[in-house]
Amino acid sequence: MSDIKTSVNLCGVELKNPVMVASGTFGSGEEYSEFVDLNRLGAVVTKGVANIPWPGNPTPRVAEVYGGMLNAVGLQNPGIDVFCNRDIPFLKNYDTKIIVNVCGKSTSDYLEVVERLADEPVDMLEINISCPNVKEGGIAFGQDPKLVEQITSDIKKIAKQPVIMKLSPNVTDITEMARAAEAGGADCLSLINTLTGMKIDIDRRTFVLANKTGGMSGPAIHPIAVRMVYQTAQAVKLPLIGMGGIATAEDAIEMILAGATAVSVGTANFVDPRTTIKVVEGIEAYMRKYGVKDINELVGAVHER
Amino acid sequence: MATKFEEMAVVVSQKEIATDIYDLTIQTKDIAANAKAGQFISLYCNDGTKLLPRPISLCGIDREAGTLRLVYRVTGEKTGTEQFSKCKAGDEIRVLGPLGNGFELGDKKAFLIGGGIGIPPMLQLAKELNCEKTAVLGYRNELFLLEDFEAVCDTMIATEDGSAGTKGNVIDAIKANGAKADVIYACGPTPMLRALKAYAEENDMECYVSMEERMACGIGACLACVCKTKEKDHHTNVNNKRICKEGPVFNAKEVEL
Repeated sequence: MSDIKTSVNLCGVELKNPVMVASGTFGSGEEYSEFVDLNRLGAVVTKGVANIPWPGNPTPRVAEVYGGMLNAVGLQNPGIDVFCNRDIPFLKNYDTKIIVNVCGKSTSDYLEVVERLADEPVDMLEINISCPNVKEGGIAFGQDPKLVEQITSDIKKIAKQPVIMKLSPNVTDITEMARAAEAGGADCLSLINTLTGMKIDIDRRTFVLANKTGGMSGPAIHPIAVRMVYQTAQAVKLPLIGMGGIATAEDAIEMILAGATAVSVGTANFVDPRTTIKVVEGIEAYMRKYGVKDINELVGAVHER
Repeated sequence: MATKFEEMAVVVSQKEIATDIYDLTIQTKDIAANAKAGQFISLYCNDGTKLLPRPISLCGIDREAGTLRLVYRVTGEKTGTEQFSKCKAGDEIRVLGPLGNGFELGDKKAFLIGGGIGIPPMLQLAKELNCEKTAVLGYRNELFLLEDFEAVCDTMIATEDGSAGTKGNVIDAIKANGAKADVIYACGPTPMLRALKAYAEENDMECYVSMEERMACGIGACLACVCKTKEKDHHTNVNNKRICKEGPVFNAKEVEL
């Protein structure tokens, strides 16, 4: 095993490998722990958590589309108190890094959660300013560079852990948002969240999703995510976590070559609950095949130096 | 100990038993031995364009042989269910299960009520319930699985067009036959479940319903398939129980229909 180095350093946090899960597709790991040894993951990124419980959207909340899916779960979550008492202790049983995804309707909601997490044993915070499925907060913060910079700097003032800002692809120029987050003091960026989509039931002549629109994810969006990671890697100096349609080790390596230091597996968890482990093993196999001693050699390797 | 198993199941046999209704038997390694009536399994398609598993209820469980019987409807052209319907003996289908809670077996006099494609899961329950029981089956017009039910319990039917049994719905059939029971187990379309919930309340009966919703993960992680419940749910404390995990079977008093 020691012939290759798969560990990566994400703003001071050492991950045993670059493979993590995308927020919202893996709960807090409990449901998947029956299929996946969580000790083998670089990090677990939790489902978004707010200051208080959120009931989420009406059903139907998901729809399948060609090569992907739409979701409009609406960030149903138990609130930070239950999360701290139940989910963090569960994850502490494993030798993996804990990244807590934070959501809110207002700046003060986000700050309340970030403050509450200050003394908790979590490794990083991922700030969700890009959820397309809630009316207030979420994406509203992620589509205006001034707001991105402002909320990033507000959070950075009180956060005790490194802060990842999660960016939306539903913008004209994602690098503008990336630069704004960097200017606000972000430690790291993750991208991309889902792309807003819609599916219509032609028999019922109405929307499939109760929310009408939903976030599209899955293999069909992977090339868009790779392009956005590539562009963002050229625009900012921050480390990037790449996600969007990663279903195989090959997809993950593409993302790393485009400039991501780490990658998240999302929708593919639904297709095969063991996808994360297959990606971890596939990356190792790729490194051996090509004689790559250190995975960091691959990060951003397609960029002209 | 693992309670859910992901396997490549092997098709034992398959035939179309009514228009677009298929009767599939698969050989599993561990799922059948661990399954109970009212649970379901996820079936995965074999092409990358259809990502999400299809949740399908268990019509029959042979724990000794390790086989599961699935009776399901093909929902259209180029769908996942159409893909499954083309599988022949020896073909493999990736499956995950058993999933969900299943029915709790009681000993009170029972109605086992199925509507349309909600009929199949009631068959395994009919086999397992060791009590006085009557199956009440509601069809649009074309009958299926009727002989299977008649072999294990008293059976009455309703058809929308009156071509067989009572013309109307399952409650019409119960009334027409003057039948009585203490408990209802039901699976079928939401309007039927809603009517049965009301019927059970009027007649002071217990009522357990098996619910359906669009799912993604099938194991309780994605929070897609929630239903509104009276009690706080274990996961989020917001009266949203997960149909795939806390369900699909709920006490009708507990859920909004």
